[in-house]
Amino acid sequence: MNFQLDDQQLMIQKIVREFAEKEVAPVAAELDEKGQFPHEITRKMGEMGLFGLPFPEEYGGSGAGYLAYAIAVEEISRACASTGITYAAHCSIGTGPIYLFGTEEQKKKWVIPCAEGRMFAAFGLTEPNAGSDAGGTQTTAVLDGDEWVLNGSKCFITNVGVGGVAVITAVTDRSKGTRGISAFIVPTDTPGFSVGQPYHKLGLKASDTREIILENVRIPKENILGKEGEGFKQFLVALDGGRISIGALSVGIAQACLDASLKYAKERVQFGQPISKFQAIQFKLADMAMKTELARLMVYKAAWLKDNGKPFSKEAAMGKLYASEICVQNALEAIQIHGGYGYMKEYPVERYLRDAKLMEIGEGTSEIQRLVIARQLGC
Amino acid sequence: MEIIVCIKQVPDTTEVKIDPVKGTLIREGVPSIVNPFDKNAVEAALQIKAAKGGKVTVISMGPPQAMDALRECVAMGADEAVLLSDRAFAGADTWATSYTLAKAIEKIGKYDIIFCGKQAIDGDTAQVGPGIAEHLGLPQVTYVQKIREVTDTGMIVERAIEGGYEVISVPLPAMIAVEKSINEPRFPTMMGTMKAHKKQIPIWGAADINASEDLVGMNGSPTQVKRVFAPERRGGGEILQAEDEAGVCVLLVEKLREAKIV
Ligand SMILES: Cc1cc2nc3c(=O)[nH]c(=O)nc-3n(C[C@H](O)[C@H](O)[C@H](O)COP(=O)(O)OP(=O)(O)OC[C@H]3O[C@@H](n4cnc5c(N)ncnc54)[C@H](O)[C@@H]3O)c2cc1C
Repeated sequence: MNFQLDDQQLMIQKIVREFAEKEVAPVAAELDEKGQFPHEITRKMGEMGLFGLPFPEEYGGSGAGYLAYAIAVEEISRACASTGITYAAHCSIGTGPIYLFGTEEQKKKWVIPCAEGRMFAAFGLTEPNAGSDAGGTQTTAVLDGDEWVLNGSKCFITNVGVGGVAVITAVTDRSKGTRGISAFIVPTDTPGFSVGQPYHKLGLKASDTREIILENVRIPKENILGKEGEGFKQFLVALDGGRISIGALSVGIAQACLDASLKYAKERVQFGQPISKFQAIQFKLADMAMKTELARLMVYKAAWLKDNGKPFSKEAAMGKLYASEICVQNALEAIQIHGGYGYMKEYPVERYLRDAKLMEIGEGTSEIQRLVIARQLGC
Repeated sequence: MEIIVCIKQVPDTTEVKIDPVKGTLIREGVPSIVNPFDKNAVEAALQIKAAKGGKVTVISMGPPQAMDALRECVAMGADEAVLLSDRAFAGADTWATSYTLAKAIEKIGKYDIIFCGKQAIDGDTAQVGPGIAEHLGLPQVTYVQKIREVTDTGMIVERAIEGGYEVISVPLPAMIAVEKSINEPRFPTMMGTMKAHKKQIPIWGAADINASEDLVGMNGSPTQVKRVFAPERRGGGEILQAEDEAGVCVLLVEKLREAKIV
């Protein structure tokens, strides 16, 4: 057993941390306040090759692996979770399915620009009437000659307002249930493909989340991803990878909560001493540090399993579940440690709490993660 | 253009703590980084390479861990790297260090520009760059804040001086030590990072660079450190403020009277 990151992973961690501290952290509060998409930051991330970390060189990436990518997501999210979700959704569930299930031609056409940071990808699974129960997809795709015609709508889709391509799930044969769902690669500029105004969200305000409306969207027959009827199976696999990235994102937020709280507790003087000298505060900090480290271990383990070609569904669900729940707990404690100041916008911890909450919902709610784990246990 | 950049690995802190008993720097637990000014030097070299073609080689004298610092520069875009590491190099002062680096540069042979950072943030001497130039008999410009022009035979640069700058034309080859304000160093790319880790970086010892054992490391260092200590913190001063200079004078005289100095 070896718990040491390799030299390369350590260097990536160091570089991304430095980038996040210098370029991302200073603007995170402002982006959140204005609900402004991090265009400038993501452009730089693209130049640095961060979007290519989980993809091999032949598809525009660097082949550094999923663990290296998870480390990068963690470091970016420690500074700005909005940028973190933009990053994670783009790589894991936007570009991921095309990389995992696309033909050579599809990968060349779409994965390369996405990995090189020249285009954002979105994943359109959730619908107004199909959330946790994604098998209940209502959007349809009908083959008409050489083209698929898509109709329906998707909601809460990350990056679609800034994206060039979206992977869309749709029913191709209603009689087959979940085996009648297929996935399609849809360029966002296809006629009939439109997006709504950005949602007004509790947190992750600088990330782009919108509704998609599909009205007779015609795409070439070859834009189907994999085989007809494989959509359901595909998105379960894509979401396994996605959960590692949401876990990493959560660890980043959890760490940010600890960083801010530790700093504040050492500075804030009450009753003649820094509040970090009070055991009640020390215990909170100790718990926060412990939970962050445990979450990180599980997320890294899931990523390591994936990099080593071993099954990782259960571990990814455990990592995502645990990390998302403890990042919300850490955010609450961070506010408590900050007292009234923590409730104010002058300190970052209220943002951490607003951002953290989504981690328990996106890419499968905590309830769904428990179902996934229980299923792996044979229930 | 053949460009050589000399870099140093330093502890990541501007407030280096000193062991009160041993008088040495406490390096434990302090992560190492590439000396920030040296990153500016690497950036300057990469920009010239981008404009004029050529090759950028980074060299560093240090312990085996300094390899990490060299790899980071390769990840930024440097083409080649050489680590100068040998037990005999240990304990070098700025004289022995610049001699050692100069010998390595002689071994590399071809160079148009040698870039250094203006100083290292651990020792803050700013002597190694100039030392290299002297050992090699090259012209040098220190505190360079801007490169105006580079031709095959010379450079026109701005050298920061108190309250302004001077414009200097220097023939090549030359040693240029750069300020922080010269540029914003790029972040290494992930592709570059992967490449840097696959790269074989040679390690040269004293024998490889024909350096005389008497002139390197502790043996070759005329500087004797008598004692290193953290100066005691003095009480903060007091700032007198008034409408104008005359007002401040009045306040000052009052203070001096109070203290019975005048
Ligand atoms: C900011 C943001 C970004 C998002 N980005 C994307 C994206 O890029 N692509 C995409 O496709 N989707 C995206 N989503 C959607 C997200 O994945 C869904 O919101 C999530 O899966 C939950 O679905 P739902 O909102 O319909 O809730 P529901 O499924 O209606 O759940 C409501 C509640 O019921 C519980 N519940 C449901 N079923 C069960 C059950 N069987 N057992 C126990 N409890 C259950 C849930 O856990 C939850 O507590 C995003 C959402 C948000 C808020």
